[in-house]
Amino acid sequence: MASLGEQLYTCLIAKERWLLILEGLGNTLLIALGAIILGTLIGGILALMRLSNNWLLRGISYLYITIIRGVPMVLQLMIFYFVILAPIKGMPKMVIAIISFGVNSGAYVCEIFRAGIQSIPVGQTEAGRSLGLSKWQTLGYIVLPQAFKAVIPTYANEFIVLIKETAVAGYIAMRDLTKAADLIRNATFNAWIPLLASAVIYLCLTLGLAKLFGTLERRMARSDRR
Amino acid sequence: MIDVKNLEKNFGGANVLDGITTTIEKGEKVVVIGPSGSGKSTFLRCLNRLEEATGGEIWFEGANICDPKCDIDRLRQKMGMVFQQFNLFPHLTVRQNITLAPVKLGLMDAAQANQKAEELLARIGLSEKADTYPSRLSGGQQQRIAIVRALAMNPDVMLFDEPTSALDPEMVGEVLELMKQLASEGMTMVVVTHEMGFAKEVATRVVFIDGGKIVEENDPQTFFSHPENPRLQDFLSKVL
Repeated sequence: MASLGEQLYTCLIAKERWLLILEGLGNTLLIALGAIILGTLIGGILALMRLSNNWLLRGISYLYITIIRGVPMVLQLMIFYFVILAPIKGMPKMVIAIISFGVNSGAYVCEIFRAGIQSIPVGQTEAGRSLGLSKWQTLGYIVLPQAFKAVIPTYANEFIVLIKETAVAGYIAMRDLTKAADLIRNATFNAWIPLLASAVIYLCLTLGLAKLFGTLERRMARSDRR
Repeated sequence: MIDVKNLEKNFGGANVLDGITTTIEKGEKVVVIGPSGSGKSTFLRCLNRLEEATGGEIWFEGANICDPKCDIDRLRQKMGMVFQQFNLFPHLTVRQNITLAPVKLGLMDAAQANQKAEELLARIGLSEKADTYPSRLSGGQQQRIAIVRALAMNPDVMLFDEPTSALDPEMVGEVLELMKQLASEGMTMVVVTHEMGFAKEVATRVVFIDGGKIVEENDPQTFFSHPENPRLQDFLSKVL
């Protein structure tokens, strides 16, 4: 049995394996970042549709959320890769991954935004409208800024969940952090070190994010202090 | 100024407003009283279409507010509204609360709105609170700011929906005092309230609504000393 130092060396340093981990980390971050941006856009639009007076828009939004939330993420990823986006030749896997995770995240972000908007007392809207502000002005200047503040914790949570969910990107042969660890495990016949190392990296990412959003939340809470 | 014709409001089968007809003249201070559930707040909220009436007409400055095609946003600029729960915007400072609508609606530039806000705050003695957030203020202070926020739009009429009902007793006076000042300056006011003292002192007309109908209306002197309808007599015997 090799010493811990030797094991670490073999798994993380030798044959430039650290580069593999770094590449995996980069891919994981890129997918998560791209997906949260896309997911936020989709989620925002879906939330407004969900709250609109138009039954068709509400219906589309509801259908979208129902389908996305009812099908496993891995399966959605594979469907995008092998079915929906397959006809587009030469589309980078990264783009496909971002679209898949973004479309998925959009459904959850929509529900977060909807709950946030609905948590603002109706009196706020009435006060805005009674001053002569239009529906959209009231939404933009009065409801959304307050809703934004209210959703930071759950939105942060969605981002953290998303980072961890990207670990299934290996199913479409993307070399993300999890896949990189798995490749090293295969090459070195050592499971402990690479898997634990990538677990620690995920943990650092999620803890860092939680802290970042926590700071943002405290900043935004300025007007709540008594 | 406001012409209400046969106003009806139906909530899931029940007639909350059952044919209300009245005219509010410029400069009048109409106080609306009635038991809870009588429809008095619904009546007030129909006047600026926070509630959609299900029948009848409300004419204000040449337009029928109940007509879906009327420019309700423009009409609301001329109808200030004060709520029971104040409804100040908690994410904005006092100054921003007052200047938001005039600036965003293009009625004033930022400097004009700011000056107006400072005048209004000076008037209610809260100048030093301009840059604090509403959550730091007492209920009475919040409600007075809500009143001047509505005044910043230079409305032609002010609607008050139980403005003192959510206040601690010791803060009721400061809000009523401000409303009395407004009344004496000639503002047209429609006030839903339980403050009978205010009605006696300030109203030019008192309206008693019960069961979604105007049961009796009169000048405050006659209204309180010689109520005719038995339901009004009963109501007054309980509240006075």
